[in-house]
Amino acid sequence: MKRWLWILPILLIALTFGVVTAQAQSGTPHTPTDDEVNAVAGQLYCPVCENIPLDVCGTQACAQWRDLVREKLSQGYTADEIKAYFAEQYGDRVLAEPPRRGLNWLVYILPPAFILAGLFILFQAFRTWRIPEAEQAQASPPVPEVGDEYLRRLEEELKKR
Amino acid sequence: MLVNLGYGAVFITALLCLYSIGAAVYGVQRKQAVWVDSARNAMLLIFPLLSLAALSLVIQLVTSHFEVAFVAEVTSRAMPTYLKATAWWGGQAGSLLFWAWLMSAFTSAVTLRKWERDREFLPWVIVVGMVTLGFFLFLILAFENPFARLWALPSGRVEAHMFAPQGATLFIPRDGNGLNPLLRHPGMIIHPPMLYLGFVAFVIPYAFAIAALITGRTDDRWIRLTRRWALWAWLFLSLGLILGARWAYDVLGWGGYWGWDPVEISAFMPWLSGTAFVHSVMIQEKRGMLKHWNMILIITTYALVIFGTFLTRSGVLSSVHAFAQSEIGPAFFLFIGLTFLASMSLLFWRWNSLKANNQMTSFLSREALFMLNNVVFMGILVICFWGVIFPLISELVTGQKVTVGPPFYERATAPLFVVMLLLMGIAPLSAWRHSTAKTLGRAMWKPFVVSLLAPILAFAGGIRLWAALLTFWLAAFVAAVTLYEFWRGAQARSRRHAEPLPVALWKLAGRNRRRYGGYLIHLGVVLMSIGIIGIEVFQTETQRTIPQGGEITLGAYTMKYDSLAIFDTADNRNAARAVVSVYKNGEYVGELHPRRDFFYDSQQSMTIPGVRSTWEDDFYVLLVDWLPVTAEGATFKVFHNPLVNWVWFGGLVFILGTLVAAWPERETESAAVTAWQPGGVHATGD
Repeated sequence: MKRWLWILPILLIALTFGVVTAQAQSGTPHTPTDDEVNAVAGQLYCPVCENIPLDVCGTQACAQWRDLVREKLSQGYTADEIKAYFAEQYGDRVLAEPPRRGLNWLVYILPPAFILAGLFILFQAFRTWRIPEAEQAQASPPVPEVGDEYLRRLEEELKKR
Repeated sequence: MLVNLGYGAVFITALLCLYSIGAAVYGVQRKQAVWVDSARNAMLLIFPLLSLAALSLVIQLVTSHFEVAFVAEVTSRAMPTYLKATAWWGGQAGSLLFWAWLMSAFTSAVTLRKWERDREFLPWVIVVGMVTLGFFLFLILAFENPFARLWALPSGRVEAHMFAPQGATLFIPRDGNGLNPLLRHPGMIIHPPMLYLGFVAFVIPYAFAIAALITGRTDDRWIRLTRRWALWAWLFLSLGLILGARWAYDVLGWGGYWGWDPVEISAFMPWLSGTAFVHSVMIQEKRGMLKHWNMILIITTYALVIFGTFLTRSGVLSSVHAFAQSEIGPAFFLFIGLTFLASMSLLFWRWNSLKANNQMTSFLSREALFMLNNVVFMGILVICFWGVIFPLISELVTGQKVTVGPPFYERATAPLFVVMLLLMGIAPLSAWRHSTAKTLGRAMWKPFVVSLLAPILAFAGGIRLWAALLTFWLAAFVAAVTLYEFWRGAQARSRRHAEPLPVALWKLAGRNRRRYGGYLIHLGVVLMSIGIIGIEVFQTETQRTIPQGGEITLGAYTMKYDSLAIFDTADNRNAARAVVSVYKNGEYVGELHPRRDFFYDSQQSMTIPGVRSTWEDDFYVLLVDWLPVTAEGATFKVFHNPLVNWVWFGGLVFILGTLVAAWPERETESAAVTAWQPGGVHATGD
């Protein structure tokens, strides 16, 4: 049995080497492609130029910020984490949309509120303006067949022009 | 000499504006027609005078008189003559003169019409036109004088002044800065004039609306007199937007055509309210309703026209388009505020005389659907307006600047665009005054069934995105309804008058150009929406650095980097021009030449894409300009843009439809009106 003991240290060394190598391989930073960088940079805005997404901005500063995105990606940051990092460093203006908090809620609430109010006013106006059904029945002649009706309406509209 | 002539012409024009306003008001107060006629004659002088000013500026630009600050700012010796001439509207001071010149042309055109029947409008149309023009002339004289010259002061500083400061000598630079490279594009040469034509033309219906409010002539006469003006204004604005989109696609290098940039939106907003207006006025003409609303729409459009110019020119909201920045912002802001308040006050003053003559009879009538359409357009307008001004509000209130970018606009407006398409499909089938679900259903079922083919075919073709399938169905539905309307009308007329179908269609469309032009516009929108879905939903892109001989594959396409040539051009550029071969499914389909040009005079570069365009898609190759471009290796950004050419084709159909709708008809104005009595009585004769 002792004859086989010499294998043990070799096995241990091999095992240790294997584990270390595997760890080293898993820890090797992945080099992100241009597309991966652009996918994140496209969701960010140049902190110094106005209204230019980071993925298409040609300034030297933006090239450096794209490198920073690449670096963060290689460190394992997610897109959301990178966006949060940029917002922390350069302010909310780097985000494509205002974050949903405080005054910024107004940007999301006001337009739908206006549209709903418009629809409500329109609905109320329809109800107020609308002629009662009975009067309507008297005012409107029975609807004839489609072909004749269409021609009549068309001629009428052309006359009214 | 020429600059003095130009400046003098602007100065005299400003005085004439003031005189014209004073004479018109005095004439109407004193009921003395001679003063109003004098105001009109003064207004007629303005166009030749401003043409003289414009001509003197263009001569300065073309002949490279760099002692003129504006000429030195926007031109250089190396620029071709046509670019030097069109640099007139490439900078702030020149574009304000351009605006004023166009305005003078439009006011002169209005003055030349027959005024016998509408004399009560004339003084107030003059006042509104001259107040607007006077404001722009004031900006030119007080802040942005394109004729100011460069003077070397005794201290050694160089400043721009109209007249020589004490002890100063004229400073003549050896060369100018040259036009911003991004503006050296055919689209950008025509795009601003079209937008400005649209902006300026909308002032005319506004002037008539204000005249109607002041005089109390609140029937639909002002609408009938200005409906073609409004359509032409809308045509130019639409054309300006389409050309701007094309310019962005060709020049800005992001592979798209619309970036929801504040300046793009500032041109889009008056278009939205103008679109609501051109639909809504039909309700007033046909049914005598929505008189208040039409006033609100034209007042809003006017305010947005000035606001749009303000956004572009003030630099308050800097963006890729805001090349010019100056101190004219507060003046613009004050003018918009004052004119808006004055107009709304007039409206409230006349509120009771603007009562509707008719009542709504059906929720499904065409007028009801048009009103819903108005809510949709105004909803999109509110989203745009709020998105544009919110960063300023945020900065004012919290000190924190925020960006409101495309994701916000796309998410907020997409449902409204869907509703808009749906209404475009339903409204043409509904009748004025009265429609029921039954009559509408009966008219709609055939186009509805045909339209279902589109999403079925798209699904069979492998498309699984519900948003794309829905939009394809809607586009097909609107197209089917529109073509069905053409066919039904032509068939009915053909039967009645025993005419061949094409003759019947031609005569029918000729009898109501606005109706059938409108249908063509709808078809244009359908085609554009197909293109928009193609690029918004199915666009793909990739970016890679490859050596010479290297390849990039994107979908069915492969591009191979063959060679690169770097050379100087005669107009002072350094060009890096790559040659790439393009293969589709392995088969060679052609060669593209993406390039990067560096302009020595302005020290700026621009990228020009190489594009393979077909009805099916665009294969769009850019040289990434911030990375080294060498024969050994270069970085390319490649886009696959499916169906994008349908946007441009749809745009052409759209413009053609607007031309048909806006084309003058033989109808005489007297046929439209027989009598009018004060007190808001609806007394049209047709």
